[in-house]
Amino acid sequence: MLFFVLQIIALGFTIQHHSYHKSKFVNSSNAFTGGIYNRLNSISEFVNLKEENLRLIEENVFLKNSIQPNNNKITPLNDTTFSNKKYQYTFAKIINNNYTKPNNFLTINKGKNQGIQQDLGVINSKGIIGVIKNTSNKYASVLSILNRSSKINVKLKHDNHIGTITWNSKNPNIVQLSDIPRQAVLKKGDTIITGGKSAIFPEGILVGTINNFAFENNQYTEINVSLFNDMTSLGYVQIIKNLEREEQLNLEQQTENE
Amino acid sequence: MNNVYFLNSIRFIGLLLLQVLVLNKLNLFGTINPMVYIVWVFLFPYKKNLNSILLLSFLLGLAVDFFSDSGGINASATLFIAFIRLPILKLVLGKSDFDYPLFNLRNISFGKSLLFLSTLTIIHHFIVFMLAYFSFSAIYLIITSTIFTSIATIILSVLGIIIFTNKK
Repeated sequence: MLFFVLQIIALGFTIQHHSYHKSKFVNSSNAFTGGIYNRLNSISEFVNLKEENLRLIEENVFLKNSIQPNNNKITPLNDTTFSNKKYQYTFAKIINNNYTKPNNFLTINKGKNQGIQQDLGVINSKGIIGVIKNTSNKYASVLSILNRSSKINVKLKHDNHIGTITWNSKNPNIVQLSDIPRQAVLKKGDTIITGGKSAIFPEGILVGTINNFAFENNQYTEINVSLFNDMTSLGYVQIIKNLEREEQLNLEQQTENE
Repeated sequence: MNNVYFLNSIRFIGLLLLQVLVLNKLNLFGTINPMVYIVWVFLFPYKKNLNSILLLSFLLGLAVDFFSDSGGINASATLFIAFIRLPILKLVLGKSDFDYPLFNLRNISFGKSLLFLSTLTIIHHFIVFMLAYFSFSAIYLIITSTIFTSIATIILSVLGIIIFTNKK
């Protein structure tokens, strides 16, 4: 009798967990598990300092290059710095990383107290990582792109054809691109970036390059994309808050209802 | 009697931490993470009354779930092997009844205990991967992960049991 009661509870958690946005109870973003992961991470972080520094230097160089043209000119000051800012960035540290399971979640060391909410995008300098799923006061769990319920809107860099990134849970460096229309011309090595359709990620965040694809019955069947990011070794990440998300979603909702 | 409670509590916490802090990050050959925490279920004292082991196994599985963000997958699988532990043991030993308080896994022959342990491990892992992938199209992946992870778990559990428990 007890067996059946407990088994129903366990299966209830499992089913709830498989439907996106609903695992309110069993997740590692609570204070206890988050705290333990945080302790452990302060040890392993020390070992990876060298790699993390290199990544920061690379990003610094990239950012410096991208602002160079304006360096020597005196640009007129517009008072629109804040009024037209669409995305707000903040950083956090990954304290728990998974990539071998069919459904992977990461835990980061910032939560509601630092303004993290559900559905914010998570990236680092090399590309996308996932979307915030659950939050507690001090921690948050991230639905990794290496998860069977993750769907990210992307596009080809060179001609704007839109597709979706999913993962077949086989290789943590390879994700699958689907929904690409048949008239799109693909080449091996084409760059994939995020499309601006999703209200979570800004347009143009790096994703990966096309590794191989099959074209059968006049349509693309399986397109494999190798990620720029090494999902097996992640340190600090940036979290993107879209300040106009509400407005965009409301408008889309309104249009659909009409 | 107090000694038994103490030993099992320590084992519970020790195996839980070993599982979530070490083994879940192991990634043997790229993907294999042995689930050695189920050894706790094999070593828990054998009694006729199932209530305590069912409840505690459920809690152990749920604790692992909390750490690995996996819903109720481990709780469900661990509960199931706790439930079928006695029937399988009776089947392996070919006895219908035995002396519960004096039973020790180390006293039966190595072949029989290995068979008992492997059966439960494979059933547990199959349930875990089935619930994790949650789709019939992934049956090939489910079976291969079950086989490879079971092999790793069985080797580690047998070594662990031989090293850390004594024949009385």
